[in-house]
Formats: sequence, C-alpha cells, structure tokens
Amino acid sequence: MNPSITFEEAITRLEEIVKELENGDIEIEKALTIFEEGTRLAKICAKKLAHVERRVEILKKGEKGEDVLELFQGLEED
Amino acid sequence: MDITSGLVTAQKNIYSVFEITKKIKNLLEENFHDVWVRGEISNLRTAASGHIYFTLKDEAAVIKAVLFRGYQKAVPFDLADGMKVIVHGNIDVFEKRGEYQIIIDLMEPEGIGALQLAFEQLKEKLQKEGLFDESHKKKIPAFPDTIGVITSPTGAALRDILHVIGRRYKGIRIVIYPVLVQGEGAAEEIVEAIGIANRRREVDVLLVGRGGGSIEDLWAFNEEIVARAIYDSGIPIISAVGHEIDYTISDLVADLRAPTPSAAAELVVKNKVELLKWSKELIIRLFTTIDRIVAQKKERASFYSVDVLLHRLEVLLNQKNLILDDLTRSLYSCIEAVIIRVRGRFEKTVGQLNALSPLNTLARGFAIISRLPEDTPVFSTTDVNTGDEIKSRLKDGLLFSRIHQIKKLPSNGDKKP
Repeated sequence: MNPSITFEEAITRLEEIVKELENGDIEIEKALTIFEEGTRLAKICAKKLAHVERRVEILKKGEKGEDVLELFQGLEED
Repeated sequence: MDITSGLVTAQKNIYSVFEITKKIKNLLEENFHDVWVRGEISNLRTAASGHIYFTLKDEAAVIKAVLFRGYQKAVPFDLADGMKVIVHGNIDVFEKRGEYQIIIDLMEPEGIGALQLAFEQLKEKLQKEGLFDESHKKKIPAFPDTIGVITSPTGAALRDILHVIGRRYKGIRIVIYPVLVQGEGAAEEIVEAIGIANRRREVDVLLVGRGGGSIEDLWAFNEEIVARAIYDSGIPIISAVGHEIDYTISDLVADLRAPTPSAAAELVVKNKVELLKWSKELIIRLFTTIDRIVAQKKERASFYSVDVLLHRLEVLLNQKNLILDDLTRSLYSCIEAVIIRVRGRFEKTVGQLNALSPLNTLARGFAIISRLPEDTPVFSTTDVNTGDEIKSRLKDGLLFSRIHQIKKLPSNGDKKP
C-alpha cells in the first residue's frame, strides 16, 4: 500500500472494507485479505488519532527580516 | 478727444483684466472656501495627470468641478455621469481662463453612504468578472492538520478561534499570520499574509478575518486587492469577518463564509472531530465484523487454507494490538470501554480458532475442487497455477475463490508432478 496515503483516503477505503465485511456474504479467504488491508489502514488512522498535541505558532520577522515561526504565548486566558 | 475716450478717462478706477480677476478671485475664494453643493455629475473625464474633472449641474445651472488626484483617496466609490452627489470644497478662480470651479475635498453620493456605494460597485464589478463563482471555490479539507489564521494577534477574533479549537479538539497545529485588520495599510498586510501563507505552504486551510465593527472598521475586507488575493490563493480560505449581519466582499470571494471567527473555527474542527469519531467507529467495526465472520465460517473453511488462515490471523492479531494501543491513547476515553470489549471478543474468537486442529478440520471438512472455467478436477498443487479461479464443492454449497499462493507440503504430496 502507498505509505503516503492521506487520512481521508484511508478512511474512505476503510469504509468500503467494513461495509463489505459487514455484508456477511463473503468467503473467509477474501474476508481475511481485505481485513488485512483494513488493518493497515486502521494503523494509519490510529496514529492520527493518537496525535493530541496542540501547537499554536505565530509568524514573525527575524533580525534580518526573514520569516520566523515562534510559539505563540499571548492570549492565554484559561 | 472723442466721446468714448472722454468717458473712459472720466472714470477714476480702471482695472486691468488681471486686477479685476484678482478682485473676483479674492471675493469668491474668501466667501466660498467651505461650501457644500448638491448636483448631478456630467461631462466626467479623468485627465492624464490623474485629476478628475466634471460639471455639476441641476435644472437651472452648472458649475465646473475638479477632484484632484490627492483627494481621491477620500472618495472610495467610482464616479459616473448622472450620479447625484453632494460635494464639499472651495471655490477657486482660474485667472488665465476667467473661470471659476469648485475644488472638491470631500464627496458623498446622495441617499446612500459613500462606503455602501463603493461596496455595491465593487461587488458588481467582481461579480461580472466571476470572482464569486461557485465553480472556482475550493473544497475545505475535511481533515486539516494545520490551520492558518490571518488576523490581528491581539484581537477578539483570534481569542475566539483559539478558544473554540482548544475546546473541540486539541490535536491540531495553528499558525498565526499577524496583520493589521483596520486602518491605513491593513488591506496591504492582509494581501501580503495570504501571499506568505501560499509561499510557505504549511497550512491546509486559512481563516481570514476579524471581529465585528462598523463598515469603516471592516473596510479592509471590502478592498479589491484583498478580494483578488483571496481569489488567487491556492490554499482554501474561510472568511470570518464580524458578526452575522456584517457582509463583506471577502465573504463573497472566499471558498467558504463563516458568520463569525468562532463559527469559522467550529467549521474547521467539526469536520475533523467527526472524521476522527467515524474512523474510530470503523476500526471498531472492522475488528467486530472479522471475529463474527471467522466464528461463522471457521467450520466451513476448505481444508487447504486452514493453516494459512491461522498464520494470517496470528499476524493480524499482533498488528491489532498496536492499533488498539494507539486508539486507547486517543482523546475520547469513552471509546476505551468499547475497545476493551472488542479486544476480548476478538481474542476469544482467535483462541477458538487456534483450538481447532487443522487435522480435525480436515477430517470434518469435505471438498471437491475444480479449476475454472473448464471445471477440470484438481488433484494436486500442480494442477493449478497462482491466480487460477477454483470452485470448491462442500456439503452445503459452492465456494468460488482465486489461488493466491501454492505451497507444496513435502510429507503429503499425494501425486508426483
């Protein structure tokens, strides 16, 4: 499988696979084959799900006028 | 001495043309240095110098008028013949031509605000050019990892956006491109920020906006250069200007319009949160359904594939644990209970399958295999090739399958090739 598959593509394919499996009328060989594919897709999705870090950055001008990303400090009111 | 000459010399004050003109000039300019005049524009023309000349008229009279280039910034709308206006300025006498005119420093359309008119004019122009066409609007990504925000770093809009995103979903990166959102230079900064975001290519979607305000406050978002920058952006843009009632040109050009900055943030993360929930559901359903299928079909599995199935299930079980680990670490703890339940069911099923000896299955199973499409009987692994379609006849029906792999067993070769 293409490792650079996007989350949205992975979800779409996973949807198809789950539907096909749930349809029930499928032979075990075929079921396992697409289940294998589904497992790989699930892995991609689960990686995304596990990513919970929120980061807020702000683009500023550096000393030489170049663009610099800095962590945004302001506006924290909570 | 003729009569005429006598009359002339009898007069005490004889002005030169210049002198009388000077007097008229002083009279007019002193008395009419701050006047408002209502009239209709006609004979409108723009000189090469950039100054705009026209005649103001009503039913009974006309007066020449000029709007010098330097004052045109104060007039946001486009002038046109027939337009009824109220102008402010001073009367000026142009000695060399013996003409007077009004020098305009302020100008308003009659019956409608100047900015309102400018808005309508630009809207019509850009509409004709197709800048608002639905067909040009880009799709907002359903799963943005990084969101760009073009707004004031100290404004209410940014506070609202960060608040909403923080509340709904934390797994997202936000890049702020700080700009002025009102006053001199605001439009130029917004245009530049859109350009920078497009060059840096670090965000999946851009929110461009500010909190609510008067039409003057929101004016940068009605500027033509901003509209064109939004139109030209390769990154999809959600406009998020002011409160519900404020509508701007930016709103019309943007790929999506949100009524407020908070709503824009909701739109962006709502999709993401929903997709995440959906993906979780799918993953759980994937594992639930396979254990059901395996449970249903294990007795009907044809004999040649049981060891392959067991091996593959083992491999999958290992991967499944990795996935479930990732899932358990994810945001919604309520899902964890479901995962644990699924894990239990899956492992139980696999356990049952493991308990089935392949020999027992062989003894219980019965199949006659033939190769398709000719329907020729298959006695040996050499009768078929990888990719062939085969038909297995069981006691209660037919199975059609394709050969993925041929593996010869040295101990059980019932026929020599």
